[in-house]
Amino acid sequence: MPERDAILAGLRAVLPGGRPPVPDFAVVEEKRWDPGERAARLRRGMAAVKAEFIEAGPEDWPRAVAAFVLGEGLPSLLYGPDTTEGRALAAAWPALGPRLVPYDRPVETFKQELFEGIAAGFTTTLGGIAETGGLLLAPGPFEPRLLSLVPPVHIALLRADRIFDTLLQAFRELGWNKVLPANALVISGPSKTADIEQTLAYGVHGPRRLIVVLVS
Amino acid sequence: MAAEPAAPNGLEVDFLASSARALADPQLRRNFRRAMDGLMAKRAAVFPDPSEWTRLRALGGAIRAKNLLKLPDLLERLEKNLTKNGITVHWASTTAQANQVVLELLEARGVKALVKGKSMVSEEMGLNHFLGAHGVESLESDLGEYIIQLDGEMPSHIIMPAIHKNKDQIARTFSEKIRNAKYTEEVDELTAMARAVLRQKFFEAGAGLSGVNFAVADTGTLCLVENEGNGRMSTHVPPLHIALMGLEKVVERLDEVAPLYSLLTRSATGQAISTYLNLISGPRSGGERDGPREVHLVILDNGRSRIFQDPELRATLACIRCGACMNHCPVYTRIGGHAYEAVYPGPIGSILTPQQEGAGLWHELPHASSLCGACAEVCPVGIPIPHLLIRLRREAGHRVPGSTVLGAGSARSRLEDLAWSVWGWVLGHPAAYRLASWCATRCWRLLPSRAPVLEAWTRSRHKPRMAGASLQERLRRSGVPDA
Amino acid sequence: MATRAGSRPLREVYFYATCLVDLFFPDAGMAGIELLRAAGVRVIFPEGQTCCGQPAFNCGYWEQARAVARGQLALFPRDLPVVLPSGSCAGMMKVHFPELFHGQPEEARALALSGRVFELTQFLVDQLDLKLEDLGQPVRVTLHASCHAMRDQGVLDQPRALLRQLRNVELVPLARELECCGFGGVFAVRDPALSAAMAADKAEDARASGAELVLSTDGGCLMNIGGTLEKQGFGPATMHIAQFLRERTHGR
Repeated sequence: MPERDAILAGLRAVLPGGRPPVPDFAVVEEKRWDPGERAARLRRGMAAVKAEFIEAGPEDWPRAVAAFVLGEGLPSLLYGPDTTEGRALAAAWPALGPRLVPYDRPVETFKQELFEGIAAGFTTTLGGIAETGGLLLAPGPFEPRLLSLVPPVHIALLRADRIFDTLLQAFRELGWNKVLPANALVISGPSKTADIEQTLAYGVHGPRRLIVVLVS
Repeated sequence: MAAEPAAPNGLEVDFLASSARALADPQLRRNFRRAMDGLMAKRAAVFPDPSEWTRLRALGGAIRAKNLLKLPDLLERLEKNLTKNGITVHWASTTAQANQVVLELLEARGVKALVKGKSMVSEEMGLNHFLGAHGVESLESDLGEYIIQLDGEMPSHIIMPAIHKNKDQIARTFSEKIRNAKYTEEVDELTAMARAVLRQKFFEAGAGLSGVNFAVADTGTLCLVENEGNGRMSTHVPPLHIALMGLEKVVERLDEVAPLYSLLTRSATGQAISTYLNLISGPRSGGERDGPREVHLVILDNGRSRIFQDPELRATLACIRCGACMNHCPVYTRIGGHAYEAVYPGPIGSILTPQQEGAGLWHELPHASSLCGACAEVCPVGIPIPHLLIRLRREAGHRVPGSTVLGAGSARSRLEDLAWSVWGWVLGHPAAYRLASWCATRCWRLLPSRAPVLEAWTRSRHKPRMAGASLQERLRRSGVPDA
Repeated sequence: MATRAGSRPLREVYFYATCLVDLFFPDAGMAGIELLRAAGVRVIFPEGQTCCGQPAFNCGYWEQARAVARGQLALFPRDLPVVLPSGSCAGMMKVHFPELFHGQPEEARALALSGRVFELTQFLVDQLDLKLEDLGQPVRVTLHASCHAMRDQGVLDQPRALLRQLRNVELVPLARELECCGFGGVFAVRDPALSAAMAADKAEDARASGAELVLSTDGGCLMNIGGTLEKQGFGPATMHIAQFLRERTHGR
């Protein structure tokens, strides 16, 4: 390909001299918090950008999610049925009340409903980030990408013992340095903008609300 | 002086005129002063610890410098791994080629409407205009970009494109340009209007376009940083995703992205973290139920490989497009982005644009600076902007042997050459200086305030007063301390 | 009266006037020399001083800048501190001489000089730990922090530290004190509208500070701010900090 070769040849025309600098990651690697502190830090960081928190135990979180959806008057919740958590959610879901909708087919088959007829979406997470707040997600076949994006409310399950100190640590411990899924994601709060006179507005294109179900 | 040079977008480059217009606009000055003060305060609040800042910035600078030294190898590795991940890579030397690549991708798939996430590279390309001329609608989805697109304007800031606009201006634009929109200045209502329009576009568009904040060579990953969600919408909903990237954005490893990302969000808008960090390593893959069927990356050169040739000026390519330099620039604060008449304004624009488009053509930009150094002080990757401004001033007016700068020497001024030669001679000969300073201290009152050069000073200042005798003269008279 | 902390052998320094002080603020230059002498320092004022070359360097005329700077480099043969009543000229010698002479025969000498260049207040505080006693009447002053002094030479706290020692001097803050006054050397006449806009804001901030006097380490900033205030017809006076310190501790 002529452009490619021309560009690379242009870049190789000069051989940069000198020893390359060695980046020192210590300033980030030093950031450590006690396990007990991590959840508190994450909550502070995310609450500051309007994420909301529900606390629950490892057995009762599905009921907590159902109660939240019902209590907020949300008529539907989209979820990934083929995960352990999805099955637990479905098992605890009340027969009457909000619809629990499985995202179990290609988006093309129900795009209209996804965009207009779904009030909330539920996903698991791979963990969180203590330093700044933030949730780590790896959308995939079982929890599609749009699940945490299109519905106006996103409910995310976070286990308090899976909070990393920093994004750097998360990248390393999740093995993302070597291999990443086709889509990986960090989410810190509901969608926002300050483009109109630097005034914050929420729910621009992504979800208007992010509810973190913190399980410990 | 040569005839007014024309900028590539057809406008004539006359910075003195455009900056004078901006300076005379009280609303523009108020808007930018308020906005820049706010951004500076936000940034200061998230870098409270000087030691952390120094070390983090050293890390950022080292990562960028190290990666730039390996740039061609990293680009090849990136291409290999992106391809392995199912992402198709295209290379474009010029913006015309890049536009052609995008158009062909769209036409081959019958796409008539494209939805755009934010991409400064697409502004370099003039992509919207190009696609429009070929019958393809290219709609901005970033709220700030959407606003200025409705008004047919260029961005005035690389992070906050509509920063020059008031609420009432935006309210008027929306009520005039959006179908069935009422007039409101409520930010939430304006945002909801834009959301509704763009949600429909995300739904319908045949393709989505994005920029790339960082591309990771080792894993074949495109990293996108955003707050609104329009980037994820543009890259996950339509069946085709096209990403545009300047060739300098590649980093070697994913863990290098972590500190760069932290530096970016904090430097740009004073956020510890953005709403979304979107890491794309492939199209819809292996059983996924959504995501684009195809992902393409266009790698654009547009003068970058030439900038790369100069070991000092190469630092220009370390830029991570945070905008902190312009937020802290006393010149940018007073004139805003449009006055630069370039895609990239402010300090980074003043070093990038001359190198991309011609040092002579754009010689006014490197001079639009008092060299105060506020930009370099906040640059998260340590670009020595004032020094590069001086380099480009030199390149504009001189043919330096071995120079690789585009348009070097093409803004040479014989008059200025003469002035500095005289200056150099007088100040290079102490006896001449002594004579000249004796004359000056005796005769300065005779020099009229309207004299050339002095006139520019006395327009707004009292004529400077020389002493009756120079310090050297006094010391010589009273006996110079023995050496 | 100024005293020297502790007892040390007599120090010697070179004093470099800088062209702006030489021609426009010689009283400040004299004051700087006298402050040093009163602190027990032997001041050597070499003959043949002209200019550090910064204006030509900044405009990209490096051959001319080198021609001038080369001659100035030769004025400081002994390994003594070089003290300047200007942060930007000190910065030129410290930071930019090595750049200007990179790859040139004078490079080693420029690098050696770079390690011993000081702005005056920097020398008085960091090297001499100077103690000052205030003999003047109460006065309210503010300090303009010159950009090149701050960013090239690292001078910010030292002028403040000296002023804080003077008990009848009230140092009030200047709004946006880290923002450039718009002088920038040739910038002031090349981009006069921009420079004037920056100077006008600085003059306004000076008035708003309530200070009677605006002080600076740098003559260029003083000419710019002072000249603007004077043309506008109202506002504080301006003075070089060396002259102010000398007057406060010695009387006129």
